[in-house]
Amino acid sequence: MNTLKGTDGGPHTGTTIVAVAYDGGVVLGADSRVSTGTYVSNRASNKITSLCDKVFLCRSGSAAHTEAISDYVRFYTSQHASEIGQGKEPTVKSVASILKQMSYSNKGLMAAMIVAGYDKKMGGQVFGSPIGGTMVEMPWAIEGSGSTYIWSFFDDEYKEGMSREETERLVLEGIAHAMARDGSSGGLVRLVTVDKDGAKSQVFQGKDVPMILGDMAEPKSNAATVVW
Amino acid sequence: MSGVGSGYDLSVTTFSPEGRVFQTEYAGKATDNGVPCVGVCCKDGAILAVEKPEETKMMLPNSNRRIFTVSRHCGMAVPGKLPDGRQIVSRAQQEAENYKRFYGETIPTKVLTDRLANFCHVFSLYWHLRPLGSAALTASFDDDGPHVYLSETNGVSYRYYGIAVGKGRQGIKTELERMKLDQMTCKEALKAVCKCLIKQRDDSSNKKFEIELAWISEETGREFVRVPADLAKECEAAAKKEIEQEEDDDSDMEG
Repeated sequence: MNTLKGTDGGPHTGTTIVAVAYDGGVVLGADSRVSTGTYVSNRASNKITSLCDKVFLCRSGSAAHTEAISDYVRFYTSQHASEIGQGKEPTVKSVASILKQMSYSNKGLMAAMIVAGYDKKMGGQVFGSPIGGTMVEMPWAIEGSGSTYIWSFFDDEYKEGMSREETERLVLEGIAHAMARDGSSGGLVRLVTVDKDGAKSQVFQGKDVPMILGDMAEPKSNAATVVW
Repeated sequence: MSGVGSGYDLSVTTFSPEGRVFQTEYAGKATDNGVPCVGVCCKDGAILAVEKPEETKMMLPNSNRRIFTVSRHCGMAVPGKLPDGRQIVSRAQQEAENYKRFYGETIPTKVLTDRLANFCHVFSLYWHLRPLGSAALTASFDDDGPHVYLSETNGVSYRYYGIAVGKGRQGIKTELERMKLDQMTCKEALKAVCKCLIKQRDDSSNKKFEIELAWISEETGREFVRVPADLAKECEAAAKKEIEQEEDDDSDMEG
């Protein structure tokens, strides 16, 4: 999927990002590692940015590209919100469409993103926007270098009709799995849940991140043995 | 008719001392003296109707269209100067297309008509342009139901339950106010609309005319289409009959 870029590429969000829709909203999740080659330039970054009140963006690929894109999309979205009138809010689809136009019209960008949010018309929605500028609505989407390790996890574990808590648990576990195996993913797990009442953020670090032990033995002591 | 605007009406970039821009008002007169157009918003949809006098026997009926499709969910009638009206329709079609391409969704009618109003307004800002001589009567079906808007050539745009422009509009507006539009379906309102249009005609001339009808409703699948020819004929005939009946009753009462 996304290959590791060396320092000549600049800070690179080699990443795991996830978004899953449930009945009534969406849960977005991301790890927090930003690497420049093998140096971790930021171990607690926030890869989930808000585009408007109830629509968020998960970013992976070049940190510079995705930050610039999200600034533009936030601007166009707020213009759009003014134009459609005070009583209305932008739909997730229209925000995703704006993002797609930017990706599609600037093919040199290295940005694999997920737009997810809530609107009154269609409820919680997830739009995947991989490199190149396609836009596809899906029940769940994953992107970033770490996502390669968790396709089967989501294929197996995702079920329709999950509750908000189940979906949050699913996203957290998925990212924990990816962080256990992908060198470019790690740090904290950030979750954002969006529903009709707005967005709530959560941060999971240390013990709160599920331990994916595989063949390792259970830790003997109670000291924080963290699989980063 | 000279006198009112003497001296201040020679250019669209001149205000009168009372703050009026006479050229935009004169442009409005092109619509006011043009063919009667009606737009009504019913319980389940919206209707547009235009009454056109037969200009010449040699013209094929229905060839001088005044109602156009802007996009699947929206249509427009242009009273006033038809060539100017076609410019407005063309712009509306482009706006609708661009919006769909950029935002992935059909353009909300309010956004479309606001943009059209701004477009018309631009022509009143420059000395080397003249205002467009046609309003735009828009009927559409958004997510929240049917809409009817009138975008005037001077740059205002309002939403209506029912509106009439062109010759005889005052009489038609009075009739529309009496109708309980929000309780009628499109099919029911169709005959009433025909009646309004036919009634306001000055029938002493006995000239031929044709009524162009189009609508958008739940029944048409929320698609803006022409009213089927046979249904249109039926409504026209029924409306004519009702009018004759009322006239007979009136003359009976007088006699």
